[in-house]
Amino acid sequence: MSDTLQMVSRRHRLPDTLVRVVSYSATRLVALFFTAVVGIFVTILVANMGGYVDEIKRAEIRETVTLQVFTDPKIMRLPAEARERRMREMIRIGEERLGLDRPFLSRSLFYLRDALVLRLGFAERMNSDSGSRLVRNIILERLPPTLLLFVSADLLLFFASMFMALSLARQYGSVLDRIVIALAPTSAAPAWFFGIFLILIFAAVLRWLPFGGMVDVPPPDRSVAYAASVLKHMVLPVGAIVFSTIFLAVYSWRTFFLIFSSEDYVEVARAKGLPTRVIERRYILRPTLPTIITGFALGLIGIWTGAVVLETVFNWPGLGQALFRAVGLYDIPVILGATIIYAYLLAITVFILDILYALVDPRVKLSREGRP
Amino acid sequence: MSRVWSELRRYPTAVAGLAIIGLLVAISIYTVIAIPYGEAIRLWRGGEGVWSENPRNARPIWFNLLPGVELPRTITVSSQRAPRRVEAVGGGVKQVTMSLAFDFPYRTFPTELAVFFDAAYAERAPHVVLTWQPPDGSEIRLGEFTAEPHGIYRISSDQRLRQTLGGAPEIVLFSAPAAPQHPLRGRYTLTITGFLFEESAHLDARLVVYGRAHGLAGTDDQRRDLMIALLWGTPVAMAFGLLAAVGSTVSTLVIAAIGVWYGGWVDGLIQRITEVNLIVPAVPILIMIGTLYSRSLWIILSVVILLSVFAGTKTYRALFLQVKESPYIEAARSYGAGNLRIVLAYMLPRAVPVLLPQFVTLIPSFVFLEATLDIVGLGDPLLPTWGKVLDDAYRAGALFGGYYYWVLQPAALLMLSGLGFAMLGFALDRVFNPRLREL
Repeated sequence: MSDTLQMVSRRHRLPDTLVRVVSYSATRLVALFFTAVVGIFVTILVANMGGYVDEIKRAEIRETVTLQVFTDPKIMRLPAEARERRMREMIRIGEERLGLDRPFLSRSLFYLRDALVLRLGFAERMNSDSGSRLVRNIILERLPPTLLLFVSADLLLFFASMFMALSLARQYGSVLDRIVIALAPTSAAPAWFFGIFLILIFAAVLRWLPFGGMVDVPPPDRSVAYAASVLKHMVLPVGAIVFSTIFLAVYSWRTFFLIFSSEDYVEVARAKGLPTRVIERRYILRPTLPTIITGFALGLIGIWTGAVVLETVFNWPGLGQALFRAVGLYDIPVILGATIIYAYLLAITVFILDILYALVDPRVKLSREGRP
Repeated sequence: MSRVWSELRRYPTAVAGLAIIGLLVAISIYTVIAIPYGEAIRLWRGGEGVWSENPRNARPIWFNLLPGVELPRTITVSSQRAPRRVEAVGGGVKQVTMSLAFDFPYRTFPTELAVFFDAAYAERAPHVVLTWQPPDGSEIRLGEFTAEPHGIYRISSDQRLRQTLGGAPEIVLFSAPAAPQHPLRGRYTLTITGFLFEESAHLDARLVVYGRAHGLAGTDDQRRDLMIALLWGTPVAMAFGLLAAVGSTVSTLVIAAIGVWYGGWVDGLIQRITEVNLIVPAVPILIMIGTLYSRSLWIILSVVILLSVFAGTKTYRALFLQVKESPYIEAARSYGAGNLRIVLAYMLPRAVPVLLPQFVTLIPSFVFLEATLDIVGLGDPLLPTWGKVLDDAYRAGALFGGYYYWVLQPAALLMLSGLGFAMLGFALDRVFNPRLREL
């Protein structure tokens, strides 16, 4: 990517690009924020159609009030009846504050505000590893493993498929090219499906790699050994993600590169005697990059949604596995919270790709595309 | 249409894809006729009662075709076909002796042994004594007890017998003391001596020697024949994939065309909804709906369609923007065609070349989505599907335990349907979009 950045700055003046990208990003950020708000609101409405969010809120109020009462010596000294009355009064105030006595729509708006600041209530049955019962802690604790797995897989996927596509476009019609075309239909299957096969081959039959999990049990003490252990556990899930999308990506990108390499200006460059590498970089990759990034973005979003099962199959202690366990335990607050976090993650993904898009496509201007 | 067909025939992948799809459709039709819906559900939810004479985790019988594999089949001996001797022993008591004999030709041990009783009596249940005679002529007394009307004596799980024999009954009872690694081949006899205390009392018994291979697809850990689920998974997958693909592509197309044609705030609204739709996480939402409201396949199907209505509008938008400016639309407008007529009769048909390949490649992704929901445990509560078999296998640790057939068979079917549609879709793409063809 640094190559491309240099190219951009070489051709336009840097401040120009910077202003364009920053202002574009800012508007996109605002627009995406509103989009995310609407998306999360839809989630809440769906959940609250059966009154489930109300339940979560009531449980949260009861929990905090009980905690308050039992840690407040002034209330504890009161006779039992007065204490009971006091507690009921506190619960009533809490419910009013959260808008539980209001009609459905305005109540749901209150919940939206809570969801946006990730005040997601208490889990019914699950605990975070540190023992907390706050949904926010349970979920945030699971976020780093998920990000580690998917960001590394995505980066690997992007660069691997780009280089493969370029080299196939160079030697199209070769045996390798035909193999990739033949394998492209396998991308119909999601990553977890390939994960099953990878586990079967490399864990069950060959016993080379672990069946699942993130580190050895017990975890190694030294940080180098720990990292090595995590890396060993990452091989199969990352492999499954890459395997599930790479052939289709390589196939469609190499076709795209081929279409572009028959353009007149590429022929001219070739006639000028420019080296292949320069032609590829400056005349083929550069103009196709925006389209490729868009395609990649859509693929990325597909991978996110497949994360739940992939993490479950590989027993990876991430967000998806937490969601899976919450389904098994019927822990509604955690299910709702995880859904909201996924909406955030998708919004962030879209935002990052928007910025990349603005960086590589000089045509992107506020007036045309950037309107929220 | 005939042009498309003759062009398609030039692509071997298209022919292969069509053949696979045809096969799957044939299987679906056969399944729905041969095993009606209610029967399939009854069988799959039957539990021990329906399947109790099947072995657990048995391999498919075609494993025996592989070189070097010889798995014992299940042997069932019924007393109705065995020699029976009845004597009166006085005091109104009858003694019934049944000899259940069978040949055991295999080189591996059976997995379980059980005797199923069928006793009829008014007040006092018959008393039975079981004796085992291996081919070497010795005799082992297994035990004696009262036979219930539909009692099952699982010889393999009799702890007392296990202690007396000094090992698992299904192994000790079948091995020669000199060479305990291999079963003794030959004729075995289980003699059941029953004492009937009533004149009208009746006793029958069935000995089941559970094998290691069963049916064309094997069994799971609940003794269920996997064939039922593999067969019924086909129509479910086909129906789900097709309906979801039809529902989402057609509605997407109509919405994209309407947005482009009317423009203005309609278009703006559709684009905004598309953006929101991109951010709404589909699988977690489906999981939420499955947990909170309903797991019925049809509800999930409608939500899937609803979530994907706006997902593809971007692709078609670009196309329709071009179409909108074409002269023939101008002509239609000049003769006074209404808005709706232009959208439905003039704009939509132009999208078919883009639509059809996409539609075909979309089907497997919905098939896999259904399997994904099964894996999360949110499959339809009644229907047996491929995904559910995978889920059961995963929960039972099938890969860890070496029951590969349990995972590989549904996975192969999923892969097959995915490949069939994807191969056809790729070929259609080349036929309809000639720019790809020379590459």
